[in-house]
Amino acid sequence: MQTTLVRSRFRPPQVSRRFIPVWRRNFLVWRKLALPSVLGNLADPMIYLFGLGFGIGMLVPEIGGVSYISFLAAGMVCSSTMNSASFEVLYSAFSRMHVQKTWDAIMNAPVDLDDIVFAELVWAASKALLSGVAILLVIAAFSLVDTRYVLWLLPLIFIIGVSFGALGLVMTALAPSYDFFMYYFTLFITPMTLVSGVFFPAEQLPAAVQFVASLLPLTHAVELARPLLLGKAPDDIVLHLGVLVAYGAAGFWIALGLTRRRLLG
Amino acid sequence: MTGARVGSVHPPAAVGRLSVAPAARSALALPLEIRGLRKRYGDTEVVAGIDLTLRAGECFTLLGPNGAGKTTTLRCALGLTAPSAGEIRLAGLPVPERAREARARVGVVPQQDNLDPDFTCAENLLVYGRYFGLDDATINARIPELLAFAGLESKRDARIQSLSGGMKRRLTLARALVNRPELLILDEPTTGLDPQARHLIWERLKQLIRAGTTVLLTTHFMDEAERLADRLAILDAGRMLTEGSPREVIAAQIEPQVVEVYGDWNGSGERAEGTISGAQAWAETHAGAFSRRFEVSGETAFCYLEDAAPLLAHLAQQPGLRYLRRPANLEDVFLKLTGRELRD
Repeated sequence: MQTTLVRSRFRPPQVSRRFIPVWRRNFLVWRKLALPSVLGNLADPMIYLFGLGFGIGMLVPEIGGVSYISFLAAGMVCSSTMNSASFEVLYSAFSRMHVQKTWDAIMNAPVDLDDIVFAELVWAASKALLSGVAILLVIAAFSLVDTRYVLWLLPLIFIIGVSFGALGLVMTALAPSYDFFMYYFTLFITPMTLVSGVFFPAEQLPAAVQFVASLLPLTHAVELARPLLLGKAPDDIVLHLGVLVAYGAAGFWIALGLTRRRLLG
Repeated sequence: MTGARVGSVHPPAAVGRLSVAPAARSALALPLEIRGLRKRYGDTEVVAGIDLTLRAGECFTLLGPNGAGKTTTLRCALGLTAPSAGEIRLAGLPVPERAREARARVGVVPQQDNLDPDFTCAENLLVYGRYFGLDDATINARIPELLAFAGLESKRDARIQSLSGGMKRRLTLARALVNRPELLILDEPTTGLDPQARHLIWERLKQLIRAGTTVLLTTHFMDEAERLADRLAILDAGRMLTEGSPREVIAAQIEPQVVEVYGDWNGSGERAEGTISGAQAWAETHAGAFSRRFEVSGETAFCYLEDAAPLLAHLAQQPGLRYLRRPANLEDVFLKLTGRELRD
């Protein structure tokens, strides 16, 4: 009996169009605070981009034929997308689920938990996209990038948002309190940022580290974003996209199963 | 626009027409049918075999101490948790299989306020209505009457944090009516409210019942059940101990008269002084002569009687003893069935 229960919790997601009003709820909250939210999301990557870009850029004349700051731009777009999506599904979604009981209120309406978790995922990716667009505009304004393929960054940012949103939702489903998220950032997000080619090319890392990095979603995000921002078509597009989508799909499925266990017990 | 009037006990009376009541209903299906419901968590059976049928238009109350299984029963009925055994039909649809559809015809007031703190009163109603698939024009047309029903017209654009506990409850009630439900489910709707706020909620619920809404509510307040319920069931340890109208339950379960005896009693000297005193000593020696059933709780003896006259005549001769005679009520039934020990 226990096994059938567990199996049924990890049954396939059944998402209906009712996820849309849940997404709209989050969008309406965001719209009220849009300017501070975008500026807040913009500040961090910009400080890194210009601080490190100019500072280290003095020491490193160029990487792969481009200035360090242009190299760094793609890394900043990817890592800030990751952070934006992660923060949304960790702290904000946890507030809605656990503290404000917003999800409980919604589940009393004809909306299922599957719709809610899916809406949170799509919302996290949407919010990442909104912040990502702001960063792209700044980067473009400073002529740090080649704008030929820059529009391809928009769907890519959304997919990166889905990948990290889904991974974060797994943590949210397991979290007893906000403190729990600190581990996720210090043990997963931060080390990943250092080995995934955000600040420096991953090729200079030891082979073992490079192998681990090749399994991480951020690596594949950077592999796609960097050439696009430098006006080139990426290599192995299917592979990189496949990894990002796989993380998103598997993460969502697991997160949904764990959330069902948590809330529908 | 801030209204000092809003917190008052008599909100604007523009609620007579009550268009918040359910729209024309198909009405063939029973609002809720529960057969043999069981819910087990590990080794604990929280709901241990409940049968319950709601008739359209009635107010049914689940009365029980904390942990009796009231909330779990509601969660099962709404399809928010899968029962271990039993059958549920909500608005005629099998639950949990078609719970999402069924909930479209139900309104819920949860035990814990979960209004959206990021929104104003009106936005809370708008956003909640969207969850039911209603379009913005439809919801916006309903918002004024819902706010009027809740006595919150002047709080339309107020933040949730600025509302009192009673206002939040009323807004939660209004929110539950946004889809014009046939069945309204309330989980301890007045817990934590002051008497004024409780009376106002009761008035609103009576209006809804009069207008044809079926109401299922849980409570541990006897007066709430006695005031509102057409029928009630007393629950304890996951079982229904009795069911019927408040009068039927009282008549079936308990003697019609209660005499509460307390105060000092020196007795007739049959007992050594100081061992037991007061009403307890009196009850041990005399209560049995007058009433088939009596209980001593703390300093008070409760005597349950068919006819109180002989006991009252006796008590009139006992200086020091004080007493109170009253008709038996639900609380007596409740305490008889569920015991007097604390449930924490």
